[in-house]
Amino acid sequence: MLNDSDRIYQNLYGAGDWHLPGARARGDYADIGQILARGRDTIIEEVKASGMRGRGGAGFPTGMKWSFMPKQSDGRPSYLVVNADESEPGTCKDRDIIRNEPHKLVEGSLIAGFAMGAHTGFIYIRGEYFNEAARLQTAIDEAYAAGLLGPDAAGTGWAFDLVLHRGAGAYICGEESALLESLEGKKGMPRMKPPFPAAMGLYGCPTTVNNVETIAGIPTILRRGAAWFSGLGRPKNSGTKIFCISGHVNRPCNVEEELGIPLRELIETHAGGVRGGWDNLQAIIPGGASMPILNKTMCETQLMDFDSLSAVRSGLGSGAVIVMDQSADVVKAIWRLSKFFKHESCGQCTPCREGTGWMMRMMDRIVQNQASMADIALLEQVCAQVAGHTICAFGDAAAWPIQGLFRALRPLVESRAVDYQPALAAA
Amino acid sequence: MAKVIVDGIEVEIANGSSVLQACEAAGKEIPRFCYHERLSVAGNCRMCLVEVEKMPKPVASCGQPVADGMVVFTDTENVRRARRGVMEFLLINHPLDCPICDQGGECDLQDEAVSYGRDTSRYDEAKRAVSQPDWGPLVKTTMTRCIHCTRCIRFSTEIAGVPELGATARGESMQVGTYVEKALSSELSGNLIDLCPVGALTAKPYAFTARPWELRKTDSVDVLDAGGANIRIDARGAEVLRILPRMNDAVNEEWLGDKSRFSVDGLKRRRLDQPWLRDGARLRPATWDECFAAIAARIKAVAPSRIGAIAGDLMDVESMFALRDLFTSLGSGNLDCRADGARFDASQRQFYVFNTSIAGIEDADAILIIGSNPRHEAPVLNARIRKRYLASPTFIGHIGLPHDLTYPAMHLGTDPSVLAALTDGSHPFAATLRAAKTPMLILGAGALARPDGAALHAAAWALAAQFNMLRADWHGFNILHHAAARVGGLDLGFLPAAGGQDTRAMLDGGVDVLWLLGADNADIAAIPPETFVIYQGHHGDAGAARADVILPGAAYTEKDGIYVNTEGRVQQGFIAVKPPGSAREDWRIIRAASASLGQPLVYDTLAALRTRLAAAHPHFAAPAAFRRLAATDLQGPAPGQVALSNAPFTAVAANYYQTDPISRASPTMAACVAAHSPADNTNFGLAAE
Repeated sequence: MLNDSDRIYQNLYGAGDWHLPGARARGDYADIGQILARGRDTIIEEVKASGMRGRGGAGFPTGMKWSFMPKQSDGRPSYLVVNADESEPGTCKDRDIIRNEPHKLVEGSLIAGFAMGAHTGFIYIRGEYFNEAARLQTAIDEAYAAGLLGPDAAGTGWAFDLVLHRGAGAYICGEESALLESLEGKKGMPRMKPPFPAAMGLYGCPTTVNNVETIAGIPTILRRGAAWFSGLGRPKNSGTKIFCISGHVNRPCNVEEELGIPLRELIETHAGGVRGGWDNLQAIIPGGASMPILNKTMCETQLMDFDSLSAVRSGLGSGAVIVMDQSADVVKAIWRLSKFFKHESCGQCTPCREGTGWMMRMMDRIVQNQASMADIALLEQVCAQVAGHTICAFGDAAAWPIQGLFRALRPLVESRAVDYQPALAAA
Repeated sequence: MAKVIVDGIEVEIANGSSVLQACEAAGKEIPRFCYHERLSVAGNCRMCLVEVEKMPKPVASCGQPVADGMVVFTDTENVRRARRGVMEFLLINHPLDCPICDQGGECDLQDEAVSYGRDTSRYDEAKRAVSQPDWGPLVKTTMTRCIHCTRCIRFSTEIAGVPELGATARGESMQVGTYVEKALSSELSGNLIDLCPVGALTAKPYAFTARPWELRKTDSVDVLDAGGANIRIDARGAEVLRILPRMNDAVNEEWLGDKSRFSVDGLKRRRLDQPWLRDGARLRPATWDECFAAIAARIKAVAPSRIGAIAGDLMDVESMFALRDLFTSLGSGNLDCRADGARFDASQRQFYVFNTSIAGIEDADAILIIGSNPRHEAPVLNARIRKRYLASPTFIGHIGLPHDLTYPAMHLGTDPSVLAALTDGSHPFAATLRAAKTPMLILGAGALARPDGAALHAAAWALAAQFNMLRADWHGFNILHHAAARVGGLDLGFLPAAGGQDTRAMLDGGVDVLWLLGADNADIAAIPPETFVIYQGHHGDAGAARADVILPGAAYTEKDGIYVNTEGRVQQGFIAVKPPGSAREDWRIIRAASASLGQPLVYDTLAALRTRLAAAHPHFAAPAAFRRLAATDLQGPAPGQVALSNAPFTAVAANYYQTDPISRASPTMAACVAAHSPADNTNFGLAAE
């Protein structure tokens, strides 16, 4: 279990003051001038050495991502964009960061902006996070008033502006290129890659998009050193991560823990265990709605980090752990996710636009015991036709929950279909 | 250059090209729906997936840039499976109503389904269906068939510059539309029909008329504006059913204006299908011989200086050449092809053509438009200006009635006084022109038709000379004509000979016998009642109403003819259908008349006529050859007698859709005018009423 002193978010539960004085008391902005004085290359090297991987879900090494930004401007400005469009069902980590540690995000944005040569940062926050947006705006205003942002941010000589933008509440706008489209005022639809945002992002300029948790963790890493951060967790999966534990547990919670913590320990230590005891467990979705589900056997020994979860063909995703006990109708739960993905598909590319509706309708029939074994086989093929054939990862995200269900709990699905005989046409 | 290996075939292709282009260079056909060479890449249909070595997933070849050493496979089992999957997805919500769909037979989805479709559907759920919005008289929508390729959205936003199409809602519920249901206001909206890969957007006037395999296809040239767009005439039996653009990168790329495309129904209405002779107050049907006898009697009764001819806007070069030959042999120099009454110095070719050339617009870095609204006068050429504007920063100034030209143009003023301000440098745009490396100016033919047209002509040339537009390597002086026959007529010298009368003089009673060769747009009302008017043409329009003798001619779809577009490009159209009734090709009529006048022309066949034409004017010998002229004369055209006035420029025509006898006879064009009522903010010239 993580030592309290090793927690990045000392005020995750909002017990302390979230305003600037409280943040300063927790050490934020303490030696910001010194940190920036190390220079951008050193900061990027430090972040690389820390082994920080993007906390939004894909787990791409953050330092490497930053290093893709041009060292010399060709006349175009560079932009930092912080993705606060936290819409993955089950996930609420960014929400608590913004609520209770907004200055960590502001400070992290300044450092990240400096490290990638950006004088402007945009925070794209989910439209439904109204109160959070108000709080974050207050924090930004406090930072401006204290001279921590603006033409001479924190007295470092670096000009940095931070702009908060509220989205309109589309899941797809959490995909980085759709987020950029939306930020530009267009319909939120993912862009083709290449070109990648680091070459042509916001308004055609070099841009890096990072998750809130990634950016908010940066100041602490730079203060305590890369070695401290990489010493936590497991090799290549270093550091801490906020897990959002929900569902059939005794005490649902957000908790910051080391990566690589066993799933069972995570739930039993922090969430009060599965409702009715561990043996009452049926299945767990380990990383937010789009990650394939794990059955109880898999959960027994599962470690919670990027590589361990992808080894069982699931993923850490956003770290949202959704626990289902024996009372849950898992098939129906996955149908509900299919419905969500069908509703949130942007409609741009064919497999996802047409496939999500088809998958949802077939899941609907399985839930209602109206599907045959042949239908299940067809659904598997449809999932395979969607996954990997789309512009963005949404197609994968829509197919994976169903594919995961088939892998982890196939007997459960087949039991719904085994008795079904399609009604024959009245002869 | 990058070396790419496509299915084992090595090709070299420019860096920055897409994998799809590399595959095409290797001769591999890649199925596609959303990709179009002239539109931005959307990458959304996912039909063009290919496998690339070392890439885990199949990639969309349209959007993937090539890299040196890339190894591409276009026909593996994985690729076929991926494409079959996409095709199945496209078809699950597509109504399989091909038998009642107008796209049948020329449908990309239908064609690709043969290669990648399943024989039966596995989709047992309910299909999507949506309502059919009304987009006006030209484009018929069946949005249930839409496969969301967004070609139409990209065309209207990028090429047409009228961003009125977009997608609303998302996922399965996504719909392409105009947000608020309305008639499309672009003059290029017909191209959406060509671009739509399925039957979602089809031609409303052509609906349920024919199947593509029933049509006889003839290459021709459009004459309803002076751009000379290359067209294909689709006919069945004696009827022209539709007109489509042909590809020609130098002229129209693959676009066509709505008037040129949809006026075809005007070819079947108000036609002159037999000769008529005036009998007192009324016209009566007559025979050719009677008509020729009446003409001969009148012409022989008056002095040669009292007969004259005016050639109209739609005429082919051959008939003007024959009529000029006839009048020359009759001893008359009263000829004019400028039916709009323009008087300007046409002594050199560079004075009256679009010297920069249409493709040359893409090299200009500053454009000054004087007295013209290219959006209405030549919509396809206007799209080229927009293309130039989008490609890199181009400063565009506009003098004339303010219009939305589909690109940002600085409005410098509405009258010629701006020219003086530009000349003395007091206008800020003068600095822009001076800084430009390849500036061009476009003078509208409507401006030339003003009483002070010649002075304007000279002033514009002087301006071009001052701002370094007249060079050996760059000719930036351009006349934008709106009549397809004009440059051809000027090339032939269908102009008053020394001492001859021009259009205005002939109309005002300068002649006793006036031969109107399709000249309906001349000021017919001015002709005095005692003048004997011979009207030769194909429609019962203004000219026929005033005529004493009507000689029924052939429309442009009904004859082999040479046309010269505004840039001086000689192009040839072919006969698609026979003229109706006893109407004949125009040069034949003139040949027959010449015999009855006792001055038989020396040619009996079109080939002989063309041989003589080529001998007299060598540039007609090789229609395909086209050369941009170098500026050679800095003196410029003569300024004429009338001093430059400061009267504001006016619109050439009341609206875009009805400018000539064919489009005035077209019910579709009438419906377009009605659809764009005065309340419409696109200002089709009707707002003032």
